[in-house]
Amino acid sequence: MSDLTEADAHIVVVGAGQAGLQAAETLRAGGFEGRVTLVGSEPHAPYHRPPLSKGWLSEALDARQLAIRDVSALERKNIDLRVASHVAEIDANARAVRLQDDSRIAYSGLVLATGATPRMLGNAAPADGTICALRSREDASAIAKGLRNCLQARLPLVVIGGGFIGLEVAASARKLGADVVVLEAAPRLLQRALSRELSDWYARLHASHGVTLVLDARIDKVETSGSTAQVRLIDGRRWEAGLVLVGVGIIPNDELARRAGIACDNGIIVDACSRTSIAGIVAAGDCTVCRLPDGSMRRLESVQSAVEQGRAAAYTLLGMEKPFTGTPWFWSDQYDAKLQIAGLSRSADRSVARGDMAGKSFSIFHYAVDRLVAVDSINAARDHVIARQLIGVGVSPTIDQVSDISFDLGRLRPA
Amino acid sequence: MVQITFVEPAGAEVAVDATEGWSLMQAAVANGVDGIVAECGGSCVCATCHVYVDETRLAALPAPGEIELELLEEVKAERRPNSRLSCQITATPELAGLVVTIPPCQT
Ligand SMILES: Cc1cc2nc3c(=O)[nH]c(=O)nc-3n(C[C@H](O)[C@H](O)[C@H](O)COP(=O)(O)OP(=O)(O)OC[C@H]3O[C@@H](n4cnc5c(N)ncnc54)[C@H](O)[C@@H]3O)c2cc1C
Ligand code: FES
Repeated sequence: MSDLTEADAHIVVVGAGQAGLQAAETLRAGGFEGRVTLVGSEPHAPYHRPPLSKGWLSEALDARQLAIRDVSALERKNIDLRVASHVAEIDANARAVRLQDDSRIAYSGLVLATGATPRMLGNAAPADGTICALRSREDASAIAKGLRNCLQARLPLVVIGGGFIGLEVAASARKLGADVVVLEAAPRLLQRALSRELSDWYARLHASHGVTLVLDARIDKVETSGSTAQVRLIDGRRWEAGLVLVGVGIIPNDELARRAGIACDNGIIVDACSRTSIAGIVAAGDCTVCRLPDGSMRRLESVQSAVEQGRAAAYTLLGMEKPFTGTPWFWSDQYDAKLQIAGLSRSADRSVARGDMAGKSFSIFHYAVDRLVAVDSINAARDHVIARQLIGVGVSPTIDQVSDISFDLGRLRPA
Repeated sequence: MVQITFVEPAGAEVAVDATEGWSLMQAAVANGVDGIVAECGGSCVCATCHVYVDETRLAALPAPGEIELELLEEVKAERRPNSRLSCQITATPELAGLVVTIPPCQT
């Protein structure tokens, strides 16, 4: 896109989260000298979401500690941040976006980084601070308040959904002394992300911290009355809750793109360079789904992918190809367990533990046929770091090497 | 408040009043210091908050934890004996006047 080298080039980034910020900063790092406008519907400058379910709930972090960048840093980079501004429409033909206040911004390049919205249960809309989901700072504040309600009224927090968000909040709530019940529809926790052995390990971890876990839970009804909520299962079991947290996944915010005629399929479809189906429009982060070279679709919901896709998106607009092809990774903190995942274990047919799963630190190495595809580490940062590198270069340690903790896997790294 | 001086990658020295109990990473970010990326926001998983600590005061700092040491293998810029992750160093009065240098790149 040659017009981008002209002084009047203007790149508009929709969504001031992790991916949008990264795209804006990478444009500058890549030498872009035109205008960069970062439009975000939230009233805040970009902030870190991961602490919202962790330290933010239990340690009372200051809002400034959540900031990804101080506003002054953005000003210095000449990134025009517009908070509390919602893009209502993209006019791809006219190359302009229309904001909710009806103002228009013309662009020469557009980055969509609109993130995702928590999925709610059919009959459980967020209500009166007793039914919550967690995505934003406001959500987290409502949860903090709901947890105080739990403690005062001596009622439990009921978490619907045993995924990362729900379990992290469960751990934070236990730390604060609240009773916690986790209702999971699947037969095990974290089914989408983890192997059975690690699911079971997490179930034991939460049980040992006093969390009541109900697997195969079929929700019948969630209702509120005053400052309490009632959750009933189809089998008749019911709980009175001081707070209900719904953590059943997210829906990518791809509606804006769909209405503009951009191809979507449970997310804005992008390639590894973050290109969408319309030239000059790129997308990054939780709002996207990536079409892999073999035609399969991959959704990653993580800080790393928001950052890497944001970077790739910016480079694409600058006319450079720097695809995101690295090893996906993710982390989760619950109690004293730091989980770090490298790679994707979905295709795995064989797993080997390194270290003692009954101990405080171990990793599980996942293989597809004889190829190492993923490593889940608990409090084993070195395994994780090495795994990321090995998977990245396609080196697979043998099962014997993995199971022998005296064998230094670092030796396998290419020089 | 604890005064910490950050030397940005471009060479500018920025003296910051860091809130006690915050990490050096948080103090740098909150004051608009350039060059700390901190992708993970201080969870000690990303290694993009790498700094070089003034050697003469290195010994006065609490030693790096195991996870920090392992992550230091991941830093993009040259790792030196005085390499630390700034999200793992808490601002305490003992650190007053500390100078930390931010490497040329984090990612
Ligand atoms: C509580 C919590 C804990 C998490 N923990 C971890 C973790 O431990 N590890 C990990 O890797 N990941 C974690 N994640 C996931 C990670 O935070 C996300 O994957 C990442 O933030 C995605 O970034 P994003 O920029 O795509 O979306 P977001 O950060 O959601 O940013 C999108 C922004 O776009 C704005 N927006 C949407 N539509 C418009 C519009 N039309 N106009 C203007 N602005 C708009 C939204 O308001 C939002 O601010 C966690 C997420 C949450 C919520
Ligand atoms: S901010 Fe990620 S390791 Fe320090």
